[in-house]
Amino acid sequence: MTGAWRLAGPRGRHVAAYWGGLGLLTWDVFRNAWLPRRYLRLIVAECDGMGVRSLIVAMTAAIFTGMVFALQSSVYLSRFGADLYVGPLVGLSVLRELGPVLTAILVGGKVASGITAELGSMKVTEQIDALRAIGVNHVKRLIVPRVLAAFFVFPLLTSLADFVALFGGMLVAVYERRIDVYLYWSTIFYWVVIRDLVTGVGKSFFFGVIVTLIGAYNGLAMTGGTEGLGRATTATVVQVSLAVIIADFFLTKLFLLL
Amino acid sequence: MTTSASDPSGRPPAGGSPRPRPEAGAAAPGGDGARAPDQPRAAAGAGRPAGPAVSLEGVWKAFDDAPVLRGLDLTVPRGSTVTVMGGSGSGKTVLLRLTAGLIKPDRGRIRVLGVDTTPLREEALLPLRCRMGFVFQGAALFDSLTVYENVAYPLREHAAELPEPEVGGRVHRLLERVGLRDVDAKLPAELSGGMRKRVGIARALALGPELVLYDEPTAGLDPTNARLITELIGTLKAEGASETAMIVTHDLEFARAVSDLIAVLIAGRIADIGSPDAVLRSARDEVQAFLAGRAG
Repeated sequence: MTGAWRLAGPRGRHVAAYWGGLGLLTWDVFRNAWLPRRYLRLIVAECDGMGVRSLIVAMTAAIFTGMVFALQSSVYLSRFGADLYVGPLVGLSVLRELGPVLTAILVGGKVASGITAELGSMKVTEQIDALRAIGVNHVKRLIVPRVLAAFFVFPLLTSLADFVALFGGMLVAVYERRIDVYLYWSTIFYWVVIRDLVTGVGKSFFFGVIVTLIGAYNGLAMTGGTEGLGRATTATVVQVSLAVIIADFFLTKLFLLL
Repeated sequence: MTTSASDPSGRPPAGGSPRPRPEAGAAAPGGDGARAPDQPRAAAGAGRPAGPAVSLEGVWKAFDDAPVLRGLDLTVPRGSTVTVMGGSGSGKTVLLRLTAGLIKPDRGRIRVLGVDTTPLREEALLPLRCRMGFVFQGAALFDSLTVYENVAYPLREHAAELPEPEVGGRVHRLLERVGLRDVDAKLPAELSGGMRKRVGIARALALGPELVLYDEPTAGLDPTNARLITELIGTLKAEGASETAMIVTHDLEFARAVSDLIAVLIAGRIADIGSPDAVLRSARDEVQAFLAGRAG
């Protein structure tokens, strides 16, 4: 053990090992991003697992988010006679922030913890070593298809969640606050520009990659048998939520600069 | 210095020399080492570099500052079956994993099938691993795949051009070879420990490896299954299923039954190596103490 490594202490070493390991895994994923044709079915299977099986969770969250946001905003906007701005307010908030972030946190937590659990149990039972011993690149076989699937699925889910949230907002605006449905949509289309949609959906590409990388790394790096697997899965949910929120700030800055 | 059949003890290996290899069999279609499992290993030296199958020189490995291997030297001659014995926690499995390149040594040099694996990255090791088979202690079968799919997996990865009937034929021949029938559709969880090990052996032999690494093949098995595995490895050796085998175990009877050479691993180094009879008569106190403990 080198002097600097020793001086870092157990906690410092743990943090350094985490970020170093995550960085190396990210590099490995990019180096191995080109998959053989026979692995394409793995991407399709992952898209099914991540996307189709997360639809109910993502859409339920989206519709109620839109409804709550419309409800809250319309109450306060009505005090200033600004009810007609409910649509744009819901639209801008959902498209730029709530849609991508909530989808990434909800679906990401589900997807990433599943990846951690699967890879972690494969590690405990030496199945990952068995793959390597057979001469299979485990990053290409186990991780890259998941990252690529998330790269495609998260923007799709986000787009769908955006629309469902706007629809939820419309339900409240029209049936609860008696705002004209045409007014709701026309103000959205007037105030919300394509850039708002691109910003939100653009962030979700990054969120998908971040979420799967965290899930995969925690699975591969887990130690301590089944108890360690439980800890790793819990840590993944927490880390994914934090990572999405932190990354959201920097991605927002990035998209504002573009 | 390398510890081997011609190590400083000057003790000859079992039977005077490593077992003779069987005659050549035709290479199977696939061209990337996917030799048909029912064909014997190609003739010794044909198109391959000379020298030992495995050579470890001054290998050190520590985990969390606790050294496990301390400058270990070991040579596994081509065509031989070498068993490394040692107590629990002596580093036997670490030695096997180092040989397969699954972990890296802290110091020292490892050559496997003529390739210096020490500086190689994971991707560069993959082609070499196709020439090896690894039988894990717990079998490490893919638990979401059936027995058939587990054994077919290496073929589908590395001999993708093989038509499915050919893959099926090979898988069934491999399963028959390890004494398993009518288990194609079973999941690993539905098999006994001994059956799982046999499926693990069939999978390890799928690509016709030049070197097979066995990690504790009889550990955790009842006497009947342990005897079956011992007989199976003996039969595979006699049939030339693989050119060279490296086994780690703490089962002395098993080691005597299948080995050309036995190496005893004590305190992170090879304390003695030689034919089974020679090792049993070892003049080294620590070896005798270990063997007495095992025999007891």
